[in-house]
Amino acid sequence: MFITINGSKAPLPDDPRVSLLDLLREHLHLSGAKKGCDQGACGACTVLVDGNERILSCLALAVQYEGRSITSIEGLAADGALHPLQQAFIEHDGFQCGYCTPGQICSAIGMAEELQRGVPSQMTQDISKGTIAHTPDEIRERMSGNLCRCGAYNGIVAAITEHYTGAEK
Amino acid sequence: MTPFTYARATDAAEAIRLGDRPQAKYLGGGTNLVDLLRETLERPTALVDVTGLSSTIEERPDGGLLIGAAAKNTAVAEHRTVRTRYPVLSRAIVAGASAQIRNMATVGGNILQRTRCTYFYDNDGSRCNKRAPGQGCDAIDGFNRIHAILGASPACVATHPSDMCVALAALGAVVHLRSARGERTLPLTDLHRLPEDHPEVETMLEPGELITAIELPALSFAARSTYRKVRDRASYAFALISVAAALELEGGAVKDVRLALGGVAHKPWRAWKAEAALKGRPATVESFRAAALVELSDAKPLRDNGFKVELAVRTIAAVLGELMGENA
Repeated sequence: MFITINGSKAPLPDDPRVSLLDLLREHLHLSGAKKGCDQGACGACTVLVDGNERILSCLALAVQYEGRSITSIEGLAADGALHPLQQAFIEHDGFQCGYCTPGQICSAIGMAEELQRGVPSQMTQDISKGTIAHTPDEIRERMSGNLCRCGAYNGIVAAITEHYTGAEK
Repeated sequence: MTPFTYARATDAAEAIRLGDRPQAKYLGGGTNLVDLLRETLERPTALVDVTGLSSTIEERPDGGLLIGAAAKNTAVAEHRTVRTRYPVLSRAIVAGASAQIRNMATVGGNILQRTRCTYFYDNDGSRCNKRAPGQGCDAIDGFNRIHAILGASPACVATHPSDMCVALAALGAVVHLRSARGERTLPLTDLHRLPEDHPEVETMLEPGELITAIELPALSFAARSTYRKVRDRASYAFALISVAAALELEGGAVKDVRLALGGVAHKPWRAWKAEAALKGRPATVESFRAAALVELSDAKPLRDNGFKVELAVRTIAAVLGELMGENA
């Protein structure tokens, strides 16, 4: 019974009640993913499954992810260098207190993959097409599951836009 | 959470074998059940994980679509056939929850999610007939702005929270079920119950019965369909009112129409009366509004939710108007 966390194998808990978030934070001492609400309302616990599928680790039982690969914010920076999206959040003031930031960044990475696949959102005018642009409206809608109580949303949208489109804003 | 055992089923037969005992629950993506476990609103002794069961989306020879119950909400919303032939379903799914939750949640779990009535969730502070049958309902005389206006009872005024189910109701989806006693199908509109005297019994499912798939019938005019959700925030909030609609026009008249409402009742509400009132009528805003008024004539609003009646009428008329497109 193993799960892979940021490239390393870890044993699954014996008690099936342990959430994926508690496995990360309490068992493995990876405190990047945050327990904001613990009920699926805030997005601060967002992590990536098998590369780039974003999920809420607070609503996931760790045992359900046996054999899967989980990436938390700690797994994004390679060899001590920030992931370019992390750098973009710094440059665009994509946070103030930083509490929601790990979830925001994991969520944005998952969102980019969904856009590439053509997953529609309620902002998508023509859902019959397979490709969707990174417009600010699309980004805001698709990131609506990640709350920022500092209200750094404009910086977050700017950081994501620049990272994925190269546009300054 | 109270203690429970966990087992992952590899096929439907194994799931049913594991799930056919009192106090066992099937577990999908966990986006509702894990929350209910944490609040001890659900106290199963065994969880049977059914996310490994069929999640395929396959076209049927008759032109319909069969969706495995373990398909993720995102997978359904992004499926090319759903986007082009049943856009109301894509649009309803992406109107619900957040992207993270849609990535986790299964179709079967979405159907069986429980109400977000705040009194139901208020385990220590409120009376709730759904949580503790016979206890009473504090929502009826409480803050009931989000509650039901149709089909409620003196025992319960909760609403069903799903967006996806409203689209499925409009499309005439059929639910495939399996238990130790065999297989059967039920129209989605017959799966959920109205509260009556037993709001704790939310569906017609028998003990241990498992949803294995959802079947969308061939419905050519569903290509002209959409979903609109009215809520307190622009995104990531439950519906005050939602409308799923499909419209077929012929010579300026309504040849056929499908209409279902969310946020109004204990179940996804197929607007049969409005549909009957519209068929054969001129496709005009006046007809749309008149038909909506027929459906809402049964509404029994509570202290805080009277606004939903007119909001539903206007939203129905607006959505049908939108579907008229350049024929308007």
